[in-house]
Amino acid sequence: MILKKGIPAPDFELNSTPDQTLKLSDMKGKRVILAFYPADWSPVCGDQMSLYNETRKIFQKYKTEVIGISVDSKWSHLAFAKAKNFHFPLLADFEPKGKVSKEYGAYDDSNGTSSRALFIVDENGVIAWSYLSPVGINPGADIIIDALEEMDSTDNNVNK
Amino acid sequence: MLTNKNKNMSTLRTPVGGLDHKKGKSSATITLVEYGDYQCGHCGEAYSLIKKLMKHFPDELLFVFRNFPLQESHPEAMGAAQAAEAAALQNKFWEMHDLLYEQQSQLNKDNFIYFAESLNLDIDQFEKDYDSENVMSQIESDIESGIRGGVNGTPAFFINDTRLDSYDETYESLEEAVKNAER
Repeated sequence: MILKKGIPAPDFELNSTPDQTLKLSDMKGKRVILAFYPADWSPVCGDQMSLYNETRKIFQKYKTEVIGISVDSKWSHLAFAKAKNFHFPLLADFEPKGKVSKEYGAYDDSNGTSSRALFIVDENGVIAWSYLSPVGINPGADIIIDALEEMDSTDNNVNK
Repeated sequence: MLTNKNKNMSTLRTPVGGLDHKKGKSSATITLVEYGDYQCGHCGEAYSLIKKLMKHFPDELLFVFRNFPLQESHPEAMGAAQAAEAAALQNKFWEMHDLLYEQQSQLNKDNFIYFAESLNLDIDQFEKDYDSENVMSQIESDIESGIRGGVNGTPAFFINDTRLDSYDETYESLEEAVKNAER
């Protein structure tokens, strides 16, 4: 069961490049999309991460950054990100394998990979929305944009 | 509080309209929309499947192509989409579309002009249109309608406005989908 709306997002620090790490709590004040996915090097052209690379600009309109997370190593991520020209971090949930994915309930034991789970962490570090996609199905970006729109409309109502 | 409450994620958000590139008879009863990228190898494979499909269902099928260039993964995809849209302004969209897929490994600006020449386009006009706001906004609006309609990669197909999830890169999966579509 993936973590649901209203739960504080468990903090983590994972490698984003071979010599840099990224800590979730350092991103407080920003909205963050955590996109757990099974593996680098998917055989399709418009795989999920490539799609988010394209839709990053739309996410940024909602003051939101996207981060990909899988159990692949930092070296695999480096090569994958370079090959696909990604402009957002891919985090390596590699050692201990899948630890962060498991904390979010986004680990698929049968395959030994992260599930295809999406979370939006709000400015205060609380999970504002989450979604688990069947592993074979790329959930696309539309449902994320819908969730961000809804968060904005809720914020506006609170401010009124 | 809920926005877009009635929206089904896998439904075409922007209906087929006047600005779309269509192929087939206007009396056709089934509409197949593809969101594609000219530099995507899987779209290149789909291209020949679609050709075959159009021959098999000449009266029933209307094919619509919308641009979904993955610009970051495919550096020439945007330029190719611009070339197709610029050719469209001289009524040669499908001719350029076919050339781009048939010469998929040769996509670059010099060749787009060469393709335009081979289609006897007015080259000055083609070059002007290539970077024009008109062409760019057409592509942007295709991309946006795709993202909001649940396009999650390329090629993405919609049959009669519903996303086709059963496509498995075989001709049979397309043929089956067309046969099962409501007429």
